[in-house]
Amino acid sequence: MNRKIHPRTFAKGGIHPHDSKLTRDVAITQPVEPERVTVLLNQSIGAEPRLLVKAGDPVRKGQMIAEPGGYVSAALHSPVGGTVKSVTSVRDPYGYPSKAIEIIKEGDQEPAALEPLDFETATPAQIVERVAACGIVGLGGATFPTRVKLEPGKEYRPEYVIINGAECEPWLTCDDRLMREHASEVVSGARWLMRAVKVKKCYIGIEENKQEAIAAMTEAASHRSGVTVVPLKKKYPQGGEKQLIQAIIGRQVPSGSLPVYVGAIVDNVATAFAVCEAAEKGLPLTRRVVTVTGPDLANPGNFLTDIGTPVSALIEAAGGLPEDTGKVVAGGPMMGRAMSYLDTPTTKGMSGILVLPSRMSRRPDPQPCIRCGSCVEVCPMGLEPFLIAAQGEMRLWESTLHSGVMDCIECGSCMYTCPAARPLLDYIRLSKRESRKLK
Amino acid sequence: METIWLTIALMGGIGIIAAAVLYIVAKRFRVDEDERVLLIEEVLPGANCGACGYKGCHDFATACAAAESLDGMFCPGAGADGMKRIGEIAGLSVAETVRKVAVVACAGGCDERPLVRKYDGVLRCSIETVVGEGETSCPYGCLGWGDCVEACPYDAIHIDSETLLPVVDPSKCVGCGKCAKACPRGVIKLQDVPEPYGTVVYVACQNRDKGPLAMKACAVSCIGCGKCKKACGQEAITVDHFIASIDSSKCVRCGQCVEACPRHSIHEIQMPEGGKA
Repeated sequence: MNRKIHPRTFAKGGIHPHDSKLTRDVAITQPVEPERVTVLLNQSIGAEPRLLVKAGDPVRKGQMIAEPGGYVSAALHSPVGGTVKSVTSVRDPYGYPSKAIEIIKEGDQEPAALEPLDFETATPAQIVERVAACGIVGLGGATFPTRVKLEPGKEYRPEYVIINGAECEPWLTCDDRLMREHASEVVSGARWLMRAVKVKKCYIGIEENKQEAIAAMTEAASHRSGVTVVPLKKKYPQGGEKQLIQAIIGRQVPSGSLPVYVGAIVDNVATAFAVCEAAEKGLPLTRRVVTVTGPDLANPGNFLTDIGTPVSALIEAAGGLPEDTGKVVAGGPMMGRAMSYLDTPTTKGMSGILVLPSRMSRRPDPQPCIRCGSCVEVCPMGLEPFLIAAQGEMRLWESTLHSGVMDCIECGSCMYTCPAARPLLDYIRLSKRESRKLK
Repeated sequence: METIWLTIALMGGIGIIAAAVLYIVAKRFRVDEDERVLLIEEVLPGANCGACGYKGCHDFATACAAAESLDGMFCPGAGADGMKRIGEIAGLSVAETVRKVAVVACAGGCDERPLVRKYDGVLRCSIETVVGEGETSCPYGCLGWGDCVEACPYDAIHIDSETLLPVVDPSKCVGCGKCAKACPRGVIKLQDVPEPYGTVVYVACQNRDKGPLAMKACAVSCIGCGKCKKACGQEAITVDHFIASIDSSKCVRCGQCVEACPRHSIHEIQMPEGGKA
């Protein structure tokens, strides 16, 4: 049977940046085993976790060191076994003070794993509880606590689990490598998620520039019922939740609603992998794959990283910071944020570290808008970025609300395509923040 | 000749009828506006700054005229004297209010706070603060793009061309607080000005980092050493989170702390006599 599968995509907008996936053929390794880790307390969206340890306490690897501080909040676990040196205030990657737990690695490194769950007998409630106990959050970058997604409320009926393997951000390859090297675990994770929300169908969306991942995942999914791999066209922002849902099941998430409104639960492949580890091995989320890449790096790669490892150590492992580095971006080039300090720790949401030379990191001077409409054409949410940005510039926050500023997913396509280099997204983000205060 | 008479009669007739209609309408549909509102509006500054909590000066004037008590209603633009006159117009008594003035709690100018990186985004404080700590290594200090200057309806705050820090003109500042709201880092604060008007003493820093970090970031940062606390005879100064703060109700403005501070981060400003208040 040699049926040609037509890759799917979302209907409106989108851009095609060069994918620059330098590290796509570099296998996942763990080059850095840090002697001390610094775990930031605020690593996920929602309430600040409550500390469970104090300075001087011995901790085991995988021991919970902070419990959720509310329903929308995630637990933290120690990535290493050792002693808590201090609970202190450190600089986060952007320069702001943030509470953190410093742990020095020593002694026994045997992980404190929970009892593995049995797939046949585990109830959905048990799985959700396990996901919460292991501190799993959305690892695509948004760091939304996964347990909240898995308990959508009685008024919603999930129909599909969608696993996000689009990885539409240029440069990043951590999800690609995870799918190629750990396909069966990712598929198992998807099956655990399906079981947790009681659905029978799961789609795994992968962009077609990752043929090896598509092949590996199709192979892994072929033995499992209900899991289908869907090849997608290469288009940014395909990995946006709403875009992915439209591409795969053809439904549009209404403005202001969550994906579960149209029956979809979307999770990243790395999240699925973490769920599999939590359920089958009882391991909490204490490490993730981070792509460390950049055009001038000697040895870029996909590094399995204990959360809390200093970013500078990872860059060192990738060949050291090149001369003439302009910016180091946490995340991908489209949605990532430039870091202010490199000796800060990695977090759960840090999928990539992009080291850009100054020739690639300079922002061109903005010119007046020429009303070409390019931003409107590429906006995947069907907004008018030039209009919202102009309203934001004039501080007309109410008008930005009427222009739909809250529907913006901050993908940055408008700014990428703008021939006048207008700072559109800057003003849209500002408008979002200010409009939220109006409500 | 007859045409001329006819025209005059016709036009005059229309004029008289129209005048009669206008007179009747004006009498019958007259809206009584409280003349006190107009008088009160004359006292108000007319800047529509919104510091009173109403939509604008007219709205505030209407509210004053209709109010049964002026408690909690205050126009910082008109000041205490202005409110007294409004009270006279409205026939109500006015409680004593404390005058306020905006102070800039950051003294780290270009010479004191070294630049450690370059920011090439939109030149607005509210945008830069989201991107990161800014061009210096103080995440608490002034960013210097002048969001406060744009917010001020009284032209009372300007960016100094040498230090690139905002400077408040106390003779123009009415303490409406618009600049304080516009500042994304809370660098600008409203300080009470107790009677009699003289000097106002304030801590011109809000770096809450430990001493060495704060020292590295800026030459005039408060490091929380507590020398000011010892120098103060009124127990008006507390040091918390490595930053001093002055309780203006206890402060007698003796200036001991200003002299004692080894970091020169306690400042005083001279309030003009008989300014707006």
